[in-house]
Amino acid sequence: MSRTMLTGNVAAAWGARLAGIEYLPAFPITPQTEIIETISRWIETGEMDCRMTTLESEHSMVTAAGAAAAAGVRVFTATSSQGLLYGMEMLYTTAGWRAPFVLVNVSRGLSSPITLEPDHNDILAARDSGFLQLHCATCQEVLDGVLVAYRLAEDERVRLPVIVNMDGFHLSFTREPVEITDAAAAARFLPPFDPGNLGFRAGAPLSEAVAVLGGSPYSYFRYQVHLAALNAEAVFPSIAGEFHRAFGRPFPAVETYRCDDAEVVFVMMGSFATKAKAAVDRLREAGEAVGLVRPVMLRPFPSAALREALAGKRGIAVVDQNLSPGRGGVLHTEISAALQGCAGPSPVLASFVGGLGGREIASEEFCEMAAVARRAAAEGRAPEPRLLFTEAERKEMRNLQAIALARGARERRP
Amino acid sequence: MYRIRFHGRGGQGVKTASRILGTAFFLSGFEVQDAPRYGAERRGAPIFAYVRADRRPIHERGVIRDPGLVLVADETLVAISAASVLEGVGARTAFLVHSGEETQTWRDRLDLAGPVVTLPVAGPHGEGLEARYVGAACAAAAACLAGVVSLGAVEEAVREELEGLADEVIARNREHARWAYGLMEPLRGCVEPDPAHPAGPIPPPGWVELPFEDARVSAPATHAGVTSTLVKTGLWRTVRPVIEHARCRGCWWVCGSLCPDGVIGVDEAGRPWIDYDHCKGCMVCLSQCPNRAIDAIPERDARGAESAGGEK
Repeated sequence: MSRTMLTGNVAAAWGARLAGIEYLPAFPITPQTEIIETISRWIETGEMDCRMTTLESEHSMVTAAGAAAAAGVRVFTATSSQGLLYGMEMLYTTAGWRAPFVLVNVSRGLSSPITLEPDHNDILAARDSGFLQLHCATCQEVLDGVLVAYRLAEDERVRLPVIVNMDGFHLSFTREPVEITDAAAAARFLPPFDPGNLGFRAGAPLSEAVAVLGGSPYSYFRYQVHLAALNAEAVFPSIAGEFHRAFGRPFPAVETYRCDDAEVVFVMMGSFATKAKAAVDRLREAGEAVGLVRPVMLRPFPSAALREALAGKRGIAVVDQNLSPGRGGVLHTEISAALQGCAGPSPVLASFVGGLGGREIASEEFCEMAAVARRAAAEGRAPEPRLLFTEAERKEMRNLQAIALARGARERRP
Repeated sequence: MYRIRFHGRGGQGVKTASRILGTAFFLSGFEVQDAPRYGAERRGAPIFAYVRADRRPIHERGVIRDPGLVLVADETLVAISAASVLEGVGARTAFLVHSGEETQTWRDRLDLAGPVVTLPVAGPHGEGLEARYVGAACAAAAACLAGVVSLGAVEEAVREELEGLADEVIARNREHARWAYGLMEPLRGCVEPDPAHPAGPIPPPGWVELPFEDARVSAPATHAGVTSTLVKTGLWRTVRPVIEHARCRGCWWVCGSLCPDGVIGVDEAGRPWIDYDHCKGCMVCLSQCPNRAIDAIPERDARGAESAGGEK
C-alpha cells in the first residue's frame, strides 16, 4: 500500500470507487463538485463500472439515491450546504424507507448571508433525519469513512443511510498524503451489497413507505429507525476493529489525543479538531495536562465512549463550529446531556462557538479556551458561553457596515 | 515546519506550483499539506496557494499566516492590498518575486528583514520567461531555497503533476524548473524550517463581547447603492483593450452592448470609452468590433506607459 497526495474530494471519490458503487445520482455544488467530476472521469475511462445520472436538483438526487438503494444496488452521492437543505425532505423520507446508501456532505456555512467556507450547521440540520453521521478530520479519514459507512449502512441490524462529512476547503480542496487501500483488501472488507429483501423492480412492484394514520403505526416505524441507529453504536466497534486489522488504521467512534492524564480537554468535531491537536502539543510543551476528545460518529451519539473518554476530567472546552440560534452550540448541548447523571465528580463545561463560516481558530485562542476551562473547573462554575470574536474583527465589521451604510445613513437621506 | 505561500493571478499556475512543491516535498519523505484559495475564482484575479511540510504529522490547517517563504509570480500584485502578498512576512521570511527589476530595487522598496530574491523575467534563454512556466519555476525555486528537496524530486513532481499533458509541455516545464533551481543555488537552504509554535509567552487572543444590535443594523443588507464600483476589478486584467479612435466608425455600439461587465460607455460625441477601473480584460469587445478598432496590449506595458506619464 502506498500513500498519494489527494484532496478530501478525491479521497471521497476513491472511497466510492473502492466500495464498488453501482449507481451515482449527481448534482453540482461548490465545494463538492470535484468528487462527482473525479468519479465521472473514471466511469468514462472504464476504470469504474457505475451508472451515473445527473438530476435537476438535490431533492431529486436524494430521491434517486433512495430509490436505487431500495432496488438493491450500492449507491453513492454527494452534496453540500444549500444542496443538502434542498434535499432535506428526502433525507428524512429515504431514511424512513430504510434504504442504505452513503452520501458525502462537504460542509459549508448556510445562508444568509451566503458563504462558501465551512461550518457544521448544514450537516447538523440533518441530525434528526435518521441518517447516521461520521465526521472526518483528515483526507485519509474521508476515504476510510466511506468504506466504514457502507458496512454500517448495509448491516442487517442497521440498514440506514449514512452521511460522511468533511469540511469544505480545509479538506475538500486540501491535499494530504492518503493511503489508497488495496482494491482486493477493500473488497474483502466490504463484499458486494447483499440487499436482503430489497429488490424493487418494475415487474415486482413495491409500495414504499405507506401512509399511516392514528399515530401508533407511525410511532412504531419511527422508533424502529431510532433502534436501528442505536444498533449502529453497538455494531460499530466490531466493524471498526475489522477495519483496523485489515488496513492498520483505526477508525474510532471517538478519537482521543493525549487524554489519559489530561485535566482539561477540548471537545470538537471535524478538521478544525486537528488545529486543537496542534494547540494540545503546544500546551503540553508548556507543561499543561491538556487533551482532545473528538466525536467521529455523531449519529448514533456515542454516549458510552464519550463518557469513558471524559471520565475524571476537570474542565471541558466544547468548541462548536455551529450555532443553534437561541440555544448556542449543538455539541455542547449533546455533551451536557451525555454527562448528566454520571457517577463521580462532574467536569465543568465551557461552551465556545468558533469557526463559523470558516473563521480561523488561532492557536492562541485554543490556549485561552483551555485556560478558561481550567479556571471554571477551579471555581466549580461554568462560564458564560463565548463566541470567538476579536476586537480586530469588530473593527472590520464596522468598516464593512460603513461601506454598506448599515448604520443609519439611509435615514439621513432626504 | 516549512510554511510556504505562493501568490499570483488566476491562470498563472499558482495552484499547480503549490502542488509541484507539495509533491516534491512528499517524494522527499516529508508529511505535506497543500491547498489553493481561489479568491474571486476569475482569470487574472489574485489567488494564492500554500504548502506545509514537516517531518512530523501536520496538525495545523488553513491559510498560512506566518510564512517562512513567500513567492510572487506576478510583481504587480505586491502593490495591491487585496492580494495580501506581504501578510505575516516577518523577520525570518524569505521573499521571492518574479520581476524584471533588479533585486536591489525590491530590497529597497520592500525594506524586509529577510532575504529578498528575484526570478528574472528574462527566462532560461534570455528570451523572456513565458507566463505558463512561471509556476514550475517558482516551485523549483522554493525547493532549492528550502534546501531539502533535490532537483530530481522537483522534476519528478513536475512529471506527476502535469501528467496527461503533452511530453513537450512537461519537458519545457522541467527545463524551467532546472533553470530556476540552478539560479537559487547560491541561496540554497536560506529558508529554514520554523518551530511548530512561536517561543515565549502566549499572547491573549483579544476577544470582545459582541453586543446586540437591532436588525436595522445587524441584518446583512447593503443599503448603499453601487458598492460594486468600489471593487476595482480592473486589477484582475492582464491584457488591456485599447480603442483606436481613428479606426472606430461609431457603429451602433457593438463593443459596449456585448461587454459582459458593462464597462464601455459612449461620450457626448458618440465615441466609446472604457472604464479601466472595472474592465477585466476579457477581450470580448476586441473580438466583436466590426471595424477591428480595438487593440490588445499587455497590462504590464500599459501600466509602464502610465507611470512614465503616457496616455491613461
